[in-house]
Amino acid sequence: MTITTLLFASYADALGVESVQLQLPEGATARDAVEQLRAFPGGDRLPPLPLLAINLEYVRADAPLAAGDELAVIPPVAGG
Amino acid sequence: MRSAIVSRPLDPAALLAEVSGSANGAAILFVGTVRNVNEGREVSGIEYSGYTAMAERELEAIVAEAVERFGTSNIAVEHRLGRLALLEASVAIAVAHPHRAAAYDASRYVIEELKRRLPIWKREEYVDGTREWVGAARGQRAESRKQ
Repeated sequence: MTITTLLFASYADALGVESVQLQLPEGATARDAVEQLRAFPGGDRLPPLPLLAINLEYVRADAPLAAGDELAVIPPVAGG
Repeated sequence: MRSAIVSRPLDPAALLAEVSGSANGAAILFVGTVRNVNEGREVSGIEYSGYTAMAERELEAIVAEAVERFGTSNIAVEHRLGRLALLEASVAIAVAHPHRAAAYDASRYVIEELKRRLPIWKREEYVDGTREWVGAARGQRAESRKQ
């Protein structure tokens, strides 16, 4: 299945892109997607367990992914 | 109640006027502004960026929680994105309530939850010409952020 990952702020700087399409096996979790991203050039600057959101909602790392999902990898937030 | 993520200068006085009403004996206006020093470094400005669709949704949820907990729907919140100079407002929270204690509590709830949950980032620009994402060096585990 194909999912879209979104990267922001320091994580977008680390990988040099703001969005990456990933191919993952059925049953893959958010954590599996992060592992793939960490194998990209610069991906070692992502923590193993970053904040994650699927389709605009915070999720845990073991949340299952479905085809077409939008997975956001969220750096430490700093609003306000 | 109303919340928004915007890319224009904030007008805190307008937010206060929006929530005020004759049934409310208390109105609180919180304004967060760009400070000139952070962790000992002289700041010249801040660039705010966000995952706007999620930030809008999360902010709306926080305001709805405050309405439920503190018993007033007279809450208006705006958070600004983009490059802000010193003293410019990044966030404004207006709360009105018949009684002051609940107004203070609701205002405090919204700012604390917003800082903890909104997917917004800031890159500080320093007087020496360097710039840095705030909090990027800090380890942050998903578990500690979950509610």
